[in-house]
Amino acid sequence: MANTAALTGINGLREIRRSPASHLAKALEAGSVPGKIVLKEGPFQTMAGVRVDPTSEEGTRIASVTGGLPARCGEVAGTEGLSVLWLGPSEFLVVAPEEAHDSLGGDLIGSLTDALGDAPGQVVDLSANRTTFELSGPRARAVLEKGCALDLHPRSFTPGTALTTEVGNIPVTLLKTGEESFRLFPRASFADFLGRWLLDGMREFASPEVP
Amino acid sequence: MLLISCPNCGSRDETEFHYGGQAHVPYPENPNELNDREWAEFLFYRDNTKGTFAERWLHSTGCRQWFNMLRDTVTYDIQAVYPMGTPRPATAAPNAAESGTASLAADSTTTGTAGPSIAAPSTSATSITATSTTQSGTTAPEGATK
Ligand SMILES: [Zn+2]
Repeated sequence: MANTAALTGINGLREIRRSPASHLAKALEAGSVPGKIVLKEGPFQTMAGVRVDPTSEEGTRIASVTGGLPARCGEVAGTEGLSVLWLGPSEFLVVAPEEAHDSLGGDLIGSLTDALGDAPGQVVDLSANRTTFELSGPRARAVLEKGCALDLHPRSFTPGTALTTEVGNIPVTLLKTGEESFRLFPRASFADFLGRWLLDGMREFASPEVP
Repeated sequence: MLLISCPNCGSRDETEFHYGGQAHVPYPENPNELNDREWAEFLFYRDNTKGTFAERWLHSTGCRQWFNMLRDTVTYDIQAVYPMGTPRPATAAPNAAESGTASLAADSTTTGTAGPSIAAPSTSATSITATSTTQSGTTAPEGATK
């Protein structure tokens, strides 16, 4: 969202980087109802798309960098501050804080690439591919259920689970971070649409409840 | 809206999937030996089955994996979901209690439980074997391949 002043580098390009939904920041704030539902765009993150056979030797090497690989749909592996989301049987999305990126002093992409080596598979820097929306509050589930057909009830969708599905008719990876908080990963070009779609879904909760 | 049981992801809305056409259409062993008509039949001619049909599906907004499915083209009854590369399973005898209608399909969204379970009334539609390139027992009215 906002520039992180502490982070400089990449020939000054970091300072002019704008997140895909930065133009909605004010609207997101205005549309949020603290105590009921809050929507904001998350900070930049380092993301890497990894395709590797998790049962292979190279899969084991990748897992040792990321702190494990999720075994099935919904699972999230990883360590403190680093999540590995299951996208497919041999496809994973590694999500880490922005500082983990090699251009900002980290070594995530490089160490993943080294771990894969010449083995079949791929490691692709996808840090600019998706943005994140953070939706939280007791009404978060109700908003998502307006446009997501999955069973989002806590008995079935538990914190620390991530599912790739559709929200508001667009492809989204949905991560449940807490009992009442979700993180949505839409592709950058869908950020404007999804931001406005969520705002629209939140609007009823700004009005007084009809008894 | 169909609910389709992805072998990896469990039951999901039809809108998450992409239809891949008839399954079990093998690539010709020697394409060079085919005449134009045979080549055109391989490329473009597909069965138009009324009843149980084997088809390919892609879970495009989920795990992005292909799988095969047996679906009744009349009732939309999904009778089996099975991996790419495996032969078409035989349909079992009618069993109304366990028939895999869309609403009764394996319904966990977090575990892939859908095995090739087969139990459904088969509306056996055709008895004329197609002349075409289909390998397995897929049948179609004769006109479908001419
Ligand atoms: Zn799937």
